[in-house]
Amino acid sequence: MSSALLISILAAAISSGTPLLFACLGELLCERSGILNLGVEGMMLVGAVSGFLAVAYTNSLTLGVLAAIVAGGSMALIHAFMTVTLRVNQVVSGLALTLFGTGLSGYLGRPVIGKPLPTTFRTLEIPLLADIPFIGPILFRQDLLVYLSFILVFVIWFWIYRTRPGLHLRATGESPETADSLGVKVFGLRYFYVIMGGVLAGLGGAYLSLAFAPSWLENMTAGRGWIAVALVIFAVWNPLRALFGSYLFGGIEAIGYRSQVLGIAISPYLLRALPYLFTILVLILVTVRSRKKRLGAPAKLGLPYSRE
Amino acid sequence: MRIKVSKRETISPTYRYLSPVIAVVLALLFGMVVLYITGFNPFTVYRAMWHGAFGSLYGLSETMVKAIPLMLCALGVGLAFRMLMWNIGAEGQLYMGAIGATWVALTLPDSSAYILIPLMIVAGMVLGGLWALLSAIPRAFLGVNEIITSLMLNHVAISIMEYLIHGPWKDPHGFGFPLTPVFSSAARLPTIGDSRVHYGLVLAFVAAIILFFVLKKTKWGYEVRVIGESPAVARYAGMNMARNIIIVMFISGALAGLAGMTEVSAIAGRLQRGLSPGYGYSAIIIAWLGKLNPVTIIVVSILFGALLVGGFSAQFIGVPAASVNMLQGSMLFFLLAAEFLGRYQFQLVPKKEAQSNE
Repeated sequence: MSSALLISILAAAISSGTPLLFACLGELLCERSGILNLGVEGMMLVGAVSGFLAVAYTNSLTLGVLAAIVAGGSMALIHAFMTVTLRVNQVVSGLALTLFGTGLSGYLGRPVIGKPLPTTFRTLEIPLLADIPFIGPILFRQDLLVYLSFILVFVIWFWIYRTRPGLHLRATGESPETADSLGVKVFGLRYFYVIMGGVLAGLGGAYLSLAFAPSWLENMTAGRGWIAVALVIFAVWNPLRALFGSYLFGGIEAIGYRSQVLGIAISPYLLRALPYLFTILVLILVTVRSRKKRLGAPAKLGLPYSRE
Repeated sequence: MRIKVSKRETISPTYRYLSPVIAVVLALLFGMVVLYITGFNPFTVYRAMWHGAFGSLYGLSETMVKAIPLMLCALGVGLAFRMLMWNIGAEGQLYMGAIGATWVALTLPDSSAYILIPLMIVAGMVLGGLWALLSAIPRAFLGVNEIITSLMLNHVAISIMEYLIHGPWKDPHGFGFPLTPVFSSAARLPTIGDSRVHYGLVLAFVAAIILFFVLKKTKWGYEVRVIGESPAVARYAGMNMARNIIIVMFISGALAGLAGMTEVSAIAGRLQRGLSPGYGYSAIIIAWLGKLNPVTIIVVSILFGALLVGGFSAQFIGVPAASVNMLQGSMLFFLLAAEFLGRYQFQLVPKKEAQSNE
């Protein structure tokens, strides 16, 4: 394989991995607080369509990103209300969010299907860094949202492991009773992180519709929200591993699109199944390994908390 | 006066079956608000939907046609949910069932209907069931999350279907369109009378009745209910969890596979894209609204069939078809909220009394 081809695949792995990374970081924060949100797919879709509509009508990418964030966050707010306040089954509420989001995004996006955007996120080379051999073209010839995701990974990692609010977050997921008795506002904190999860999922959706493949198509996320949920398990709830996992999956997707160049003699229709099969395989391997090593989820993930 | 809130010991049985009705009504009201905001007259839209679904004999029969695959998928999904197995892969299981039935129809083009139809039913059910096992087996023996695997397998099944209709099974006389050849008339599931309603309806009714009695009257049905209601008790009683997971998921997938068979055999007459407009996903909501009870699932499926047909009619006055998916999704939220309220008692009490109680 030529180095130019390798560079193009790795650069594509990063851009394909970025929507997964945003969504995965969001779900990771949400699950750290003890709430499972299976609505990622729906929040991404609503984020994608809101971002697209905002840019189509206002011509401003900033407003597009803002719209996606607000839309994702509002969707998550529904889940927070259902699971934190009403304490309903988190699995069912999350499924409802995905089904509702799929319908809502299809409804809102109907008028703009197949329409072009006046402006999109373009490649923005970072001076000097982009000229580093090999690494430069992979990491530093991307768009603004990709750079934002680089920064977010480290900010979120630092937040979870090195700050006081991060300690409260971890405590809430492990033992809300203890956290509560130490004066952590469990309910408010869970609301906050569930909404953050939606904000980041919305951002992941906006990356798809404004940068990765600037357009709006119904169900354009194509299961990426679910892959992001699986990636959180793969990442053992650690943002740095989420970065690695997202790019790994991005790479699988990138290889699928370049099968002909790479001389892979498998039908492109079957190759499209690759990321999904890979998700299943990885999930099985991770589950088996985490059982042995007792690595795992926040102890109280998926369980409602009440003071009764 | 003050509102006094207290927790109920048990949810009243009336409310149990009233809550889905409340949820549907609230979702329809919510839909009116969304329609109004997006520039439609909600009354005009709902009238068009009602007229489309129930206003004519054709509308009624289309409602039933759409309800059949919904019934089969939702019966399957509902059975799995009973045991807290989150099978959300009915969509993929449906497509695998369609692939199985198509394989029989294309391999035996000259057989009679008496051989073809039963074979297609069996092939569809077995393939759908086996597809569900791909997430059931890792779940049963390794504890792998079945929600994610079953959903991922939906995308895989659709990729396989795309491959078949673009490749080995493509109709050589199809002008390059991704379709298989049309089935022989012997491979078409017959319709009832002159309508488009086919005998899949009978299959769905039979499946519902069998499931109802198996769950209520047999030891195995009892096991499924106990595992679903309290897994700890089930484990303590020595029930074989892995075995039950495998059986339940196989049946669940087989019912969705049967839906795939009826769609490909009775409706499309060939394997092609868009066999299902998301029946497998709507089934999740139907199962929940039907309280996982096979009989009520049948009723809710007809309502959802009507929604689909009504949504199609509403498209003529410019309302996107996705409005129906949005309504369905919101129904699930309203149901969850209504069920929550059912667990509490709200009483108006004089202010003095309320204070003395505190």
